[in-house]
Amino acid sequence: MSTRIAVIDPDRDRALTIVDGLRAAGDYEIHVLGDETGVAKKLAAIDPDIVLIDLASPNRDTLESLARAASPLDRPVAMFVDQSDDAMIRSAIEAGVSAYVVDGLRPDRIKPVLAAAMARFHSVARLRAELDATKAALAERKIIDRAKGILMKSKGCDEDEAYAMMRKVAMDQNRKLAEIAQAIVTAAEIMG
Amino acid sequence: MSRRRDHEHFTCGFIPLTDCATLAAAHEFGFAAEEGVALELVRETSWSNIRDKMAVGLFDVAHMLAPMPIAMSLGLSSFPARVAAPFVLSVNGNMIGVSSHIAKRLAAADRLLGLDAAAAAEALRSALDGAPLRIGAPWTFSMHTLLVEYWLSASGFDLEAQTSTSVVPPAFMTEALAAGELDLFCVGEPWGSMAVEHGAGSILLPATEIWAFAPEKVLGVREAELDARPDAVEALIRALYRAARWAAKSEHRGAVAEMLTRAGYVDAPTEVVERALRGAIFATPGGDGRHAPRMIELFDGAATFPWRSQAQWIAWALGRRRGVDGLSSAAAAAVWRPDIYRRALERVGAPMPTASSKLEGSLAEATEVGAVGGSLVLGPDRFFDGAIFEPRDGVR
Repeated sequence: MSTRIAVIDPDRDRALTIVDGLRAAGDYEIHVLGDETGVAKKLAAIDPDIVLIDLASPNRDTLESLARAASPLDRPVAMFVDQSDDAMIRSAIEAGVSAYVVDGLRPDRIKPVLAAAMARFHSVARLRAELDATKAALAERKIIDRAKGILMKSKGCDEDEAYAMMRKVAMDQNRKLAEIAQAIVTAAEIMG
Repeated sequence: MSRRRDHEHFTCGFIPLTDCATLAAAHEFGFAAEEGVALELVRETSWSNIRDKMAVGLFDVAHMLAPMPIAMSLGLSSFPARVAAPFVLSVNGNMIGVSSHIAKRLAAADRLLGLDAAAAAEALRSALDGAPLRIGAPWTFSMHTLLVEYWLSASGFDLEAQTSTSVVPPAFMTEALAAGELDLFCVGEPWGSMAVEHGAGSILLPATEIWAFAPEKVLGVREAELDARPDAVEALIRALYRAARWAAKSEHRGAVAEMLTRAGYVDAPTEVVERALRGAIFATPGGDGRHAPRMIELFDGAATFPWRSQAQWIAWALGRRRGVDGLSSAAAAAVWRPDIYRRALERVGAPMPTASSKLEGSLAEATEVGAVGGSLVLGPDRFFDGAIFEPRDGVR
C-alpha cells in the first residue's frame, strides 16, 4: 500500500511544486489542503500516514494538538522529530517545513518524503529570491534611466556624461548608484 | 537589518499580539540599543514554530505563553528543551467570548456582559441546556486553556464529560465561530475584539474576572544563552524593564498602539489595539462598553516580576489533567528565574519585592508592600471563587 501524505500549505503554487517533487520521489497518495479552518475534520477523512505542513501556516497549532491527544485521527501521531535525527529536524525547520507521522511508520519511509519536501521548499525559496532580485534590478534600471534623462535635460549633457556624473557622486559618497538616481528623481519631482 | 558589532545580538520570535508591546517598544524606541542590545524581532505564525525554533536554537529568546517554558522544560510538549523565564512580558489580556448563537440565548435572558465569572458560568450552563460545551483556545499549554478549565471546573462543570477543547489559531477564531464549530472561546487581544467587530461572537467576560492577576506572556530564554552570556541576558532584561515602564504609561498608549499596528507587529486597526491597552471592551459591535481594569498589564503591580508561585500555580493547573506531580512543581518553579531578574535590575535601583513567592489570590485590593529600594503596589490578584493558592499546599 502506498504511503498517504497530506500537504498543508496556504501557498497553492508551492503545494503543487511539492506534490510534483513527491511524485518524482515515489509512489504516494497525496492530498493537498490550503490554509483553512476545519482542518481536523478533513484530515480525519484523509487519514494520512504523514502530514507535511508549511511553517507559515497558522494551522500548525491545530495540527499539533491533534498530534498530542487522543485525536480524531484515530491513529496516534508523533512529530517526525521523535524518530529522526537532530540535523534533520534543524534543516527541515530552517527550510520552513514540519512533518507529523503516524506512530510506528518506519524511518526509511519518512526520510525520502521529508527530503523531497525540503528540496522543493528550497527550490521554491531560491526561485523567489531570484525573481525578487530580477524585479529589484529592473526597478533600479528604470530609476537610473529616469535620473539620466533628468540630468541630460537640466545639464544639457549627453547620456554617457550623465551616467558618469551619477557614478562619481555615488563613489564619492560611498552609496549605491540607484540611491543617487532615486535622490535625483525625488528632487526633480519636488522641484517640479 | 544591520548588525552593530559592539551590540549583543538576540534573535527573538514573537506572535503578532498586543502583548508583544514591550518587546516591540524595546526595539523601536531605543531601549535595547541603550543597553547595548540588538533585538532582532522575527514574526511567527504559530506557537509550535516558536517552540521548535527555540528548541533547535534558531531563536535565542522568544515571546512565549507563560506555561510554555514550563511545559518544554518538564518534557510535557513535544520537542523538550531547557528554557528559562526570567521576565514576565504581560499580565492578563485574555477575553472570553461566546458564539452568536449562545450570545442570543444569553441576551434573551438579559445576561451578557457585566456578569461576574460565577454568574457567567451559571448563565452559560442554562444557555447550553445540557449540550456539551465546545471551547476554542489558541494552544494547549496556555493560560487561555488553564484559566477556562479552572473557571469551569470550580463552577461545577465536569471537564471530561461536559466540555471539549480544540486548538484554533486566533486568526481563525472568527471563522470557526461563524461556522458554528465553537460555543466558547478564549483568546488574547486584539482577537477577542476582532471577533466582536466581525459580528462572529460576543465578549462574555475578561479573563481578569477569573484571576485578577494572571501571568500571560513571558520572555523565554534558552538555557544555553544563560550559560554562554549571562551579562547580555541581564542587559536585555534591563532594556525590557525600561521599555515596559515606558509603554505602560497612559500617555504613551497612543504611541504604542500606533507602533504595533503601523510597523507590522499586530494586524488590527490602531483604534482597536489602543482600546485594549486602555482596558475598554465592547461586548457586541457598537454595543455596550465596559471598562476592565488591568485588561493588559505590562508593568504596574510588579507585573514584570517572575513570581515562583505563579509558575507553581501553572504546574498545579497543568497537573490537574496532564499529569504533573508534586515533584515537578518544584521543577516548574525552577524554570522561572527571579534570581536573574534581581541580578539584572537591582543595581539600577528598581524596587524589588523582598520575597520571590507569594500567596496567589490573597489581595482583594491594590496593596502597598515593602520592597528593597522603594515600595511596590501589588494586587488585586483575586480568583473568582475566593481561593488562595499557597505553593506548598496547592489551592485551599
